[in-house]
Amino acid sequence: MEFLFAITIGVLVASAVYLMLSNHLLRFIFGLVLISNAANLTIFVSGRLTDGAPPLIREGADAPLVDVANALPQALVLTAIVIGFGLFAFAIVLVFRAWTTLNSLTPDDMRLAEPEEAPK
Amino acid sequence: MSWLLALPVVIPFLTAVLAFLTRQSPLGRWISVAGSAVLLIASIVLMNTVLREGVIAGQMGQWPAPFGITLVADLLSAVMVLITAIVAVAVSIYAIADVDEGMERLGYHALFNMLIAGVVGAFITGDLFNLYVWFEVMLIASFGLLVLGGRPEQIDGGVKYVALNLVSTIMFLTGIGLLYGMTGTLNMADLASAVDGADQRLLTIVAVLFMIAFGVKAAVFPLFFWLPASYHTPAFSVSAVFAGLLTKVGVYALLRMFTLVFDHDTAFTHTILLWVAGLTMVVGVLGAAAQSDMRKILSFHIVSQIGYMILGLALLTPLAIVGAVFYLVHHIVVKANLFLIAGVAQRIAGGTELSRIGGLYKSAPLLAVLFVVPAFSLAGFPPLSGFWAKFLLVKAALDVQGWIIAGVALAVGLLTIYSMTKIWAQAFWEPHPDGIEPKLSSLSNRDRAAMLIPIAGLAILTVIIGVMPEPFVQFAKASAAQLLDPTAYITAVLGEQP
Repeated sequence: MEFLFAITIGVLVASAVYLMLSNHLLRFIFGLVLISNAANLTIFVSGRLTDGAPPLIREGADAPLVDVANALPQALVLTAIVIGFGLFAFAIVLVFRAWTTLNSLTPDDMRLAEPEEAPK
Repeated sequence: MSWLLALPVVIPFLTAVLAFLTRQSPLGRWISVAGSAVLLIASIVLMNTVLREGVIAGQMGQWPAPFGITLVADLLSAVMVLITAIVAVAVSIYAIADVDEGMERLGYHALFNMLIAGVVGAFITGDLFNLYVWFEVMLIASFGLLVLGGRPEQIDGGVKYVALNLVSTIMFLTGIGLLYGMTGTLNMADLASAVDGADQRLLTIVAVLFMIAFGVKAAVFPLFFWLPASYHTPAFSVSAVFAGLLTKVGVYALLRMFTLVFDHDTAFTHTILLWVAGLTMVVGVLGAAAQSDMRKILSFHIVSQIGYMILGLALLTPLAIVGAVFYLVHHIVVKANLFLIAGVAQRIAGGTELSRIGGLYKSAPLLAVLFVVPAFSLAGFPPLSGFWAKFLLVKAALDVQGWIIAGVALAVGLLTIYSMTKIWAQAFWEPHPDGIEPKLSSLSNRDRAAMLIPIAGLAILTVIIGVMPEPFVQFAKASAAQLLDPTAYITAVLGEQP
């Protein structure tokens, strides 16, 4: 199971890096979304995988009786997904604004804040 | 004890909520000033407690460490919170004059206080994942502040800032995941001993992930490009608070993690840091020399100065850490102040592009005096605060026979003087190209007071650190001792260790 996850994460990161290296901002954002999911899966796997054992404690007991899934990475991933959602929502709106104000999503053309100066 | 630790985070959060509710009225700015003042009081109380009782820790929700979220304040955290509060007070007063009503209606004060909450939270947390959350709070607030107003340059700078910071965030998150997988804990004090049992080679890889993640935040070579692309675009109060605080959170995180957790293979990690430090200093200062806009010059100088702090961490001798801590505190005050002064120059002389302004020395001598203090402190002139900071670091480098790095540090200091004298000559000495005389009296009384009081306050602080460095150096020594021997930190969080 870990092996499958490792392959999936590897493929996600590879595609993400490919997208992020392209000369177009929207692809860069798509790459970021993919790589952030790869990071989330990494956290999930590092909590060790279990097969169909939800982390529930029987009523009246203090601790689970059998080995159950690690709940902490799930909580961490949940937090990371929520934060990531907010950040990407902002990033996509920002890219849209860049498109409407700068008329370009090619980073090479976006030189408004740092104009290319002719040597003096 | 935990309320004392939680207050510095809760106060700016509450202020942000109140400021958001009152964003339509002029009340918002006064709430922001009041909130910052209360934060300052809370951080002074925190500082006092830490000085009196040593490292203090509190467990949120009474979950015992290492399972719950821990807040910890040692001397370094306490002084960073205090200096954050000082900058917050200064900038929130300055914002009365600098931030127009349009930006206020868009929620400037709420975002500003949210940013302060994120910065304080990052300084005070003792849990790695919680640190990530605070980084994000800080980041999302800074995104908002950076593009508030929506001028095209802001959008352009904002895109680069957002893109590179998101990459760093993901590196950080991956590092957290791997570290958790290897050790089973995310409590920083617990990690300090938990990493001993992990595979040391893998640990070095994780350490490098963290180094890159925090390196982007701290704007070190070769990861700093987002900073000079964006810091000169937003409102002056925004760039002042960014310049003072944001990169320093990255430096703080490096300082914390690479003394507490990743000190297993210093021959590898700290050698990288040493190279990074030297190159950051040189590239930053050369970048500044090529610029002709006041804010762009200052932005590149942030990068160059970060190099000095990393140098202290890289050398990892007691004196070097003392220098790094001293530098960190001095730099926040000086750098925020220089951006505030650039804002005044913009208002009265009509720009920050050096070729288009001038004559400030003749017609606004008070501003000239206020500029000289932080500018020459930045360059390391005795007896200002920057001299002692540089002196400690160069001495630390010479003590370990680091002739080359000490030489680099001194040469970069000289080039810093070049940039500062360039600003001085063109903005202050040369007459204004349009023949006008920029006067402070052209500002309204309210604006003049709101702009000059924070600048004067920060300048006085710089002079005080400069002429009476002894208590500050003693403090930095105690703080460095805590960083290099984290027993007190670990005991405060986890209780007595067997």
